[in-house]
Amino acid sequence: MEVLKIATAGSVDDGKSTLIGRLLYDTNSLTSDKIEAIEKTSKQKGYDYLDFSLATDGLVAEREQGITIDVAHIYFSTNNKSYIIADTPGHVEYTRNMITGASTSQAAIILIDARKGVIEQTKRHFFINNLLRVKEVVVAINKMDLVAFSEEIYKTIKSDFHKLLKERDYQEQRITFIPVSALKGDNIVHKSETMTWYSGQTLLEHLEALDFKDIYNVGTPRFPVQSVIRPKTDAFRDFRGYAGKVYGGELSIGDSVLVLPSKAKTKIKSIYFYDQEVQTASRRSSVTMTLEDEINISRGDMITKVANLPVISKQFTAKIAWMDRETLKVGNKYVIQHGVNKVLAKVDRVHHTINTDFSGIVETVNELDINDIALVSFKLNKPIFYDAFKNHRTNGSFIIINPQSNTTAGAGFIQ
Amino acid sequence: MKNTSHINPLENEAIYIFREVVAQFEKPVLLFSGGKDSITLVRLAQKAFYPSKIPFPLLHIDTGHNFPETIVFRDRLTKELGLELIVRHVQDSIDQGKVIEESGRYSSRNALQTTTLLEAIEEFKFDACIGGARRDEEKARAKERVFSIRDNFGQWDEKNQRPELFDMLNGQIEFGQNVRVFPISNWTELDVWSYIEREKMEIPSIYFAHLRKTFIRDGMIWTNDDAIVFRDEEEVVKERLIRFRTVGDMSCTAAVLSAASDILSVVQEIRDSTISERGARIDDKRSESAMEKRKQQGYF
Repeated sequence: MEVLKIATAGSVDDGKSTLIGRLLYDTNSLTSDKIEAIEKTSKQKGYDYLDFSLATDGLVAEREQGITIDVAHIYFSTNNKSYIIADTPGHVEYTRNMITGASTSQAAIILIDARKGVIEQTKRHFFINNLLRVKEVVVAINKMDLVAFSEEIYKTIKSDFHKLLKERDYQEQRITFIPVSALKGDNIVHKSETMTWYSGQTLLEHLEALDFKDIYNVGTPRFPVQSVIRPKTDAFRDFRGYAGKVYGGELSIGDSVLVLPSKAKTKIKSIYFYDQEVQTASRRSSVTMTLEDEINISRGDMITKVANLPVISKQFTAKIAWMDRETLKVGNKYVIQHGVNKVLAKVDRVHHTINTDFSGIVETVNELDINDIALVSFKLNKPIFYDAFKNHRTNGSFIIINPQSNTTAGAGFIQ
Repeated sequence: MKNTSHINPLENEAIYIFREVVAQFEKPVLLFSGGKDSITLVRLAQKAFYPSKIPFPLLHIDTGHNFPETIVFRDRLTKELGLELIVRHVQDSIDQGKVIEESGRYSSRNALQTTTLLEAIEEFKFDACIGGARRDEEKARAKERVFSIRDNFGQWDEKNQRPELFDMLNGQIEFGQNVRVFPISNWTELDVWSYIEREKMEIPSIYFAHLRKTFIRDGMIWTNDDAIVFRDEEEVVKERLIRFRTVGDMSCTAAVLSAASDILSVVQEIRDSTISERGARIDDKRSESAMEKRKQQGYF
């Protein structure tokens, strides 16, 4: 079954958790013991309705405040697809969580409170989904029940949002607007009986109709080697396989390939998924392949098609999202993990920070604080083989590791 | 010959994760309970490293309260696949005075496992423990990472977990820390069962309907084994046709009435079910934040 991952973002009180809870409830994905727990807690809190947001809040501290923190993964499925929702906080101090959720998602839901319209947080959430190049964005204009289900208000919000579209980097992103009421259930799973002026799909209809082939961009196949498999047993005496995941496109037996960094040319001899030999490794499949020639290959090397090679360089410029409490300064040294490769990197230059409300850039910066987005240049101790992020989401992205704390301090998108 | 496009993305992802663990860590180990999730992990590990053998041992923290069928199954599986199995017993930790046995109606050895586990990690210097936890199981697990960083007390601080972006897994740790790895984080209960069915995997018989001596307490069905499961005089024992949906210890796992005797009927039953998988686990029912608290103490 197809798995579709959706990042959800919204301000505190925008009803994001209620929307997800409602989605689960209306698709019969909430089990009776969970519904019981929601009924019990709703009553304890004195509500006269079922508070579906209780289905997604998890950790103790936040439950008391009624605010979600961290990335919560919520699973449900229909007959068509399996869904994973990466529920992330709306607060600006959890921008890093949003970026994390969006990085592995193919679709995103941005929530707007119909009473407030497009606000700073809306712009930031949209900015992040655009930066991460999430292809499908649904703008759910929520709480329509509190604005008398007004078509006027919906249209105004839609037009305000449209103003942002001109500013965005990723122009091919698809945006769909849906007026909803998560509390009442309008247009989440069931068509609204009140908003007869809206003739589009419900949220679930829209998600169900998303075609998988449209969500992933096709690029050049890249195969970063995770490990070398050498059994050295009697049955597999001469077997030398390269294990990894294929990204961007597919690879087939007989393809002429280049191995980096050695630049040795060879052909793919065989491809295995477990003990099954296959003709073609589709994108995102974990396979083991053998090559015609004996070449010295180790973890971190890349096997790729001869035409359209990646850039091989010891420096690059990237948009980065800084996630560490420790400031990033020019001259600082970090570890950059690009796929399975790790290199040492030095911050060469901070060009500017980018405002997440589409209002422009700030050029007089030399250091970055947590949640800053900026254009930064790095110099590496060893070359890596990369693509521009806009051409290859996987081979154009990296994480920055703070070598003292080992934490993932930032994420980068190569320009 | 075909291509790999039909392969479930979840399977591809799990294999990728297994390969990363072995590449990034010195001494990984697979925490094996004999339950369906850990059995699934073993199959995925086989696929990840073929044609080489699985390059790490299995570790079972034996509470002494296991369903005997699970132990029989465990031994047979490890023998068939030629896997290295390490067993450490909670009973030993009790005998050494390191933990105190609970008593009374709701007693179990579930929380005691943590001490034995941490000791085993120390003994063998494991730096990565692979487990079958899934995010759909329970609230605190919903926020877990694939690589979950624990300190040398096995403790989990939810405020310090690393963001996981794209496919990249950052397993960098200091000496003394270790990482819990969850390759089937994104699998649902149904995904696991569908996989078991598709792969024609063998699982312990207690997952299927069978007659068992049981008694009712708090509206749930408990195994009758007076040596292990505390029972009051008034709690009457009767034979019932039941099966277990989740397999923990006898002392903290409730059964469900069922006639599902093969995998397809089990899958159908789960699809139709309105109780979640862990709804039958008393160790979770103790408080809403039970799992989170246990994780903070180093539980798996």
